[in-house]
Amino acid sequence: MTAFFRKTVGSCSLALLVACAACSSGYSEIPIETPIQPKLDVSQFQRIFIAGFIAGANEDVDANLETVRLLRSQLRNKGIMRVIDADALPLLEVARQSSGETVSSPVPDQQAPATPQAPDDPNRVPDINEEKDLEPYQHIFANVEYWKRIGEEHQQPLIVTGTVLFAPQQRAGFVQREQEVYDPFGRRSVVPVRTYMERKGFVLRPSFIFIDGRTGETLHTETFREEILYNASQQTPALSSYFELMDRLLPSFLNTLSAQKIRGVRALLK
Amino acid sequence: MSPRHLVFGLLLALASASTGWADQRDDAKKQVEFGIQVAHRGLWREAVYRWERAAQIDPTYAAAFNNLAVAYEHQGQLAKAREAYEKALALEPANALVRQNYDLFKEINDRILQKDGRQL
Repeated sequence: MTAFFRKTVGSCSLALLVACAACSSGYSEIPIETPIQPKLDVSQFQRIFIAGFIAGANEDVDANLETVRLLRSQLRNKGIMRVIDADALPLLEVARQSSGETVSSPVPDQQAPATPQAPDDPNRVPDINEEKDLEPYQHIFANVEYWKRIGEEHQQPLIVTGTVLFAPQQRAGFVQREQEVYDPFGRRSVVPVRTYMERKGFVLRPSFIFIDGRTGETLHTETFREEILYNASQQTPALSSYFELMDRLLPSFLNTLSAQKIRGVRALLK
Repeated sequence: MSPRHLVFGLLLALASASTGWADQRDDAKKQVEFGIQVAHRGLWREAVYRWERAAQIDPTYAAAFNNLAVAYEHQGQLAKAREAYEKALALEPANALVRQNYDLFKEINDRILQKDGRQL
């Protein structure tokens, strides 16, 4: 009986102690969702067409097709406008053809963009390894008539196009990492250590261009840069790195078209 | 009036002023606590009303401004949230919880401003 009494009193006082601690702590945590307004007013559009991208720099990943697929599925999942399911446009070819026309025009235009290096084989896919390799094709995005025509074919949607550069990279240098150490008494501690490391990974630099399918004019452009580096001995498939990098910038891409909510926890004070 | 009376009067005025201040703080505290209760039930507009009342009653009450900032943040009113956090920090610069809230808020806010050049 006495033991039971002691136990009951003990547990009651412990509960009271915890309750008092909560009361006297003077704060409580609360989850919040911060709404972020979309960057672009897309209320005039019911449909969206992810048209395709000028991409290059990695033979293991077709950055054009993967980006088209990923953006379409994300937009469908979020229910942001009706996503047009049509073949991605062969933008590289279109850009090359229109560059060719510019060159063969009787009066050379001083303002015309530089023509890409004419390869021996006209069907050969040009090497796009860095940003400057994309420049000769950028003029396609300013071709209002072309985009207007594409818009008419798809019932004047919001068109998303641009460039995607997904390139391998290597870097060597000092990095700080944490190392476990044990003192003479066997006690463990973690200390920061600077070590020279060779690392390799990928850099993803997409530039999304939002075009009004009714007028063919550019409404908004957004450029991102994300990179990831691994230990040189680590073998990470290019495609998984591509998805990891895209994952980082997708919220920002989606926030261009729709409001997003950022979840967090804050302290309310008494 | 003798000096003794004068001192007595002064002490009386001081005591009544401090009682008034304590009453004000009590009143503000009640509003803040009620605001917390309703915020936890998702009634953020009511919570904002309560915390605004608390801040009016006692403009030196940092908790009222901190909670208001949290509510504004939840409602997406980021400019107002910043103002309220800064006021709370000005009142209690050493308050680690207000500082932590503000740092988390700034992380989101700065990212938005940086990404699209929006001015708040």
